[in-house]
Amino acid sequence: MKKFKDTFQDIVRYPSAVVGLLIVLALIVFSIYTMITIPYKEAIHLWKGTEAVVYKNPRNARPTWVNWFRKDKLPVSVDVYAGEDEDFTKEVTPRKKGGNQIEFNYEFDYNYNQLPQDIFIYFKSNYVDKNPFVVINMTTPAGEEIKIYDGGISRATNVRFGQEEKLLTRLVRLHGRDTETQDQLRSVIEGLFTKMGSYPPVVDKGTYTINVKATTFEEGSDVEAELVMHGTVFGLFGTDHMRRDLKVAIMWGAPIALAFGLTAALGTALISMFIAALGTWFGGWLDELIQRITEVNMVIPYLSILIMVGTFYSRSIWVLLLVTILLNIFSGAIKSRRAIFLQVRESTYIEAAKAYGASDYRIIIRYMIPRVIPMIIPGLVSAVPAYVFLEASLAILGLGDPTVPTWGKIINDARTNGALYQGMFYWILEPAVFLMITGLGFAMLGFALDRIFNPRLRGM
Amino acid sequence: MTEQYEEKEFEQKPEEIIGEFNNSEISEDELDDGFVLDIRGLKVYFELRKRGFQHAGFVRAVDGVDLKLQRGETIAIVGESGCGKTSLMKTILRLNTPTGGEIEFDGEIINDLKADALKNVRRKIGYVQQDPYGALAPFMNVRTILEEPLIINGVKNKQERFERVVKVLEEVRMTPVEDFLEKFPHQLSGGQQQRIVIARAMILDPILLVADEPVSMLDASVRVEILKLLRALQEEHHLAVIYITHDLATVRYFSEYIYVMYAGQVIEKAQESDLINKTAHPYTHALLAATSDPDPKNVDEFQDVPPGEPPSLVTPPKGCRFHPRCPHMISDLCEVQRPPEFELGDDHLVACWLFRERPIHREFTAEE
Amino acid sequence: MAKEKKITRKEDAILEAKRKAELMSMMSETTHKVGDVKHELLLSIKDLKLHFETVRGPVQAVDGVNFDLVTNKAVVVVGESGCGKSSLAKAILRLLPRNVAHYSGEVWLRDIETMGLSEEEYREDIRWVKISMVPQAAMNSLNPVLRVGDQVAEPMLVHYGMPKEEAMEQAAIMFRNVGVPVDFLTRYPFELSGGMRQRVAIAMALVTGPDLVILDEPTSALDVLTQANIFNLLKRIKANLETSFILITHDISTSSELADIVAVMYAGKIIEVSESHRFFSEPRHPYARALMASVPRLREREEPHFIEGKPPSLINPPTGCRFKDRCPNRFEKCEEEPPTVVFGDDWVACWLYEGQGE
Repeated sequence: MKKFKDTFQDIVRYPSAVVGLLIVLALIVFSIYTMITIPYKEAIHLWKGTEAVVYKNPRNARPTWVNWFRKDKLPVSVDVYAGEDEDFTKEVTPRKKGGNQIEFNYEFDYNYNQLPQDIFIYFKSNYVDKNPFVVINMTTPAGEEIKIYDGGISRATNVRFGQEEKLLTRLVRLHGRDTETQDQLRSVIEGLFTKMGSYPPVVDKGTYTINVKATTFEEGSDVEAELVMHGTVFGLFGTDHMRRDLKVAIMWGAPIALAFGLTAALGTALISMFIAALGTWFGGWLDELIQRITEVNMVIPYLSILIMVGTFYSRSIWVLLLVTILLNIFSGAIKSRRAIFLQVRESTYIEAAKAYGASDYRIIIRYMIPRVIPMIIPGLVSAVPAYVFLEASLAILGLGDPTVPTWGKIINDARTNGALYQGMFYWILEPAVFLMITGLGFAMLGFALDRIFNPRLRGM
Repeated sequence: MTEQYEEKEFEQKPEEIIGEFNNSEISEDELDDGFVLDIRGLKVYFELRKRGFQHAGFVRAVDGVDLKLQRGETIAIVGESGCGKTSLMKTILRLNTPTGGEIEFDGEIINDLKADALKNVRRKIGYVQQDPYGALAPFMNVRTILEEPLIINGVKNKQERFERVVKVLEEVRMTPVEDFLEKFPHQLSGGQQQRIVIARAMILDPILLVADEPVSMLDASVRVEILKLLRALQEEHHLAVIYITHDLATVRYFSEYIYVMYAGQVIEKAQESDLINKTAHPYTHALLAATSDPDPKNVDEFQDVPPGEPPSLVTPPKGCRFHPRCPHMISDLCEVQRPPEFELGDDHLVACWLFRERPIHREFTAEE
Repeated sequence: MAKEKKITRKEDAILEAKRKAELMSMMSETTHKVGDVKHELLLSIKDLKLHFETVRGPVQAVDGVNFDLVTNKAVVVVGESGCGKSSLAKAILRLLPRNVAHYSGEVWLRDIETMGLSEEEYREDIRWVKISMVPQAAMNSLNPVLRVGDQVAEPMLVHYGMPKEEAMEQAAIMFRNVGVPVDFLTRYPFELSGGMRQRVAIAMALVTGPDLVILDEPTSALDVLTQANIFNLLKRIKANLETSFILITHDISTSSELADIVAVMYAGKIIEVSESHRFFSEPRHPYARALMASVPRLREREEPHFIEGKPPSLINPPTGCRFKDRCPNRFEKCEEEPPTVVFGDDWVACWLYEGQGE
């Protein structure tokens, strides 16, 4: 325990170490937070991207914070529940013939220069036989009232403005563009939100109202409405091509990266340390064998082997982790540990231990290995980012587990969907930044630990 | 020595040429089992290998040594570096295996012992090393260091271990004991570290203590303290002590009988006062002359030093190994034949042809 | 103008070095001087202080040291480990580590005050030109990847800009002088025994013909016979060349082989300086007496007595006489800083001698 305290005091003396330590701690805290707020099963579920999960998300939306940097703000996504949110009111009036007349009103200001992606209203109703009937209207700032939809709804219906064919026809008529010289109306949304007859289309800024009149025919029958407007920005991290909120993957990338990195680094370090100790202590053919295996293994490019394993055998992240550890045990680390063990083996106190009857194993575990531990700790810490990047690289190459949300996976998706060509910089930038920060934190901490535990470097 | 040789320890094969026993004319009563240590004709050769497997000669580190030690007796083994005293000591501790001869410890021949039998023997020998700091594991505190030998030798009871640790610390005068239990080696001075090493050597209640240059790495003023401690321990526990050193000045205060080694062989052995006052061998003369006392006359005189350096143990000189440097060399004798041990009376033996008139105690068959 | 002066100074120095080397090869096995050797004042140290900054506070390793040394004499600085004697060597040669807290005083080499020189000047003119050093465990401080001949020749190349062949010739002469076979010039340190390596280190210190050589524990790791040989060599050098020695050691017995003057150092201060014949028969300071009594002797029957206690820490040395806690003669006055009592060329810092001396 005292050693930890001393080490900690030593760490504090180096500013870079403090920064590194803070980053690492932040990552750990972040991971724990993630694992608590979004349990693993739920994360996988969210990452599957089924409609039920992602319906509120626009496609390829940028993070909301980009609006801070823009004068020309992008439309924000909206998700309101009737009766719960202020702007979306619900009034229930009973009908004489049974059932209710329910009027929903949603008023909002729209001052963006860009169009939203789409608008949806999700209806839920309960009834026995007779299903309710709804009429949806939208009023533009210019005062034009446009009928969006009318029709019956079932227990769960959603009305998607953008897909209403009849609405499109109506809007085309309303806009009345001269199709000889001007383009035909491209979409419902364009029709709804731009000024009539304007070309090039100009967004009609002002207050819009969406009015829904629902009629139920039974006693106790009720209709609930949820209005979702897909803007072009969403959330803290944006969304991807499958409309998944990138938040899930960004957050879950942290614990996965840490788990992979730490397990690989720790596993490799401990096992290679034991093997080096055994080899140097017993010498002879065992030592020679270990050295030759190491030398051969060092030459083999392990990324290629991992790719082969991933392609032909299994893409599970656990299998890849295991293979990584196996390949990395017999590496340069064994050689450097061996050098130290060779030195330590000649120590006088080990000779004394032999003289008072210590067994070989006791000497290895109790007398040699503790000498080496301070040396391997910095190496271990510095190796973590290497493994984190390895996992990310595998994912980018398409070998990672497709169901697991990791940073590498995001980059892979982004790449295959041409993110940069389409200006969706955030899609690549976010995971990349997180990877870099992880690498930086561990590297700085590892470097400082190296300076502490290896006094010869202390002057630097 | 411009080529690099790889040393390899030679495994004992008594039937083979190298394991040839020397005939010794030891009388019946010397085989008495009052002896803690009785070494006869000990040879320790290390095989040299060129390029990993090519045989390239032997390092004859110990070449025919007889040694006897009783309980309560301190003997000193004196010689310069490379004379074989360290190899001799390590072989007694069975950290090496002897190539020839016999080592009898407490009535038991220990040349070939392995595993448990060896462990039993090791329990009875305490080892005090030269470098006090190196001899202590830097990551263990005093208490752990002292408990290790106990744990390894089966003392399972924690309370018993603690009591023994306290007792031994008191014996080496590291008091108050509580102050030292939790300290680490680097927090102690050289003298204190050496006391811990001594404590560790004593904790298993040995009957033999082997001290290899125990004070040479300590300050001159601390040396006496430690030597006196060793002597006190010896008297209290009736220990047999082997004190190995190159410093003749300290030998006087600490041992009764002295063995002088040169190039793997014992060239003179005598009671302490005889060695100093009736010095026989020219090499011993040289050693004594070269040992300075703080004498005001020293600065005005040159010391008489035999020229040259100790010989290689791979190809030692023929005959008497000291002959190339000896001011009294007798041609056709010293360079041809290894001198036998001559008796000068009072247990004073010298292996030097200058004394060829005296009765022979033991001859060495020629196979150098 | 300055550059010309530099060049002539260098040429003078080269000639000097060569002359000394030749003188060395002619030197005989006597302690008597060749010709008539004058003793001029060579080194004068006044109030030298060197304190180091450590995590636990400033270590006052050298705390106001004064002594003088004339040519052709050897002074031995004797003390226990931790008394600051190695730091004294570094202080004189300005080989300072990075954590110096305080460094002051005057070091006069003949008529040059070396502390006032810049680092550049010091390096060019003084270090390894007029003063050189054989560091502690010199056998281990040889560069393991360079041949020993090259290492001995190096000071000539660096300080005098000698052409390589000339420097190697000089190195060969020095090898002969210190008793190392000349064919060892092309060997590497690991091929030499400990004694040989120490001789090489001495050759390296002498090759530029310095006026003063500082030796820090030159023989502590060597065998008795090798030790005797090295001291014989040093005695010859001292007698025949105009070279003075400062020998730093904890071993009082071997120091008697070379010492003309003995300076005893305790807890960062020098507490006695005495001519050696006087010192080894009857030291003045109680610590010196205790030291002499604690050394095992070969030729005398008396049992040595060890000195109780430990030297004080150099971080917060006690006030007054620093030996007071271990001194058998302690009395009340010892709480104050003891006076320096002079006896001719000797002096002692102890209250017991108050009023005596000059």
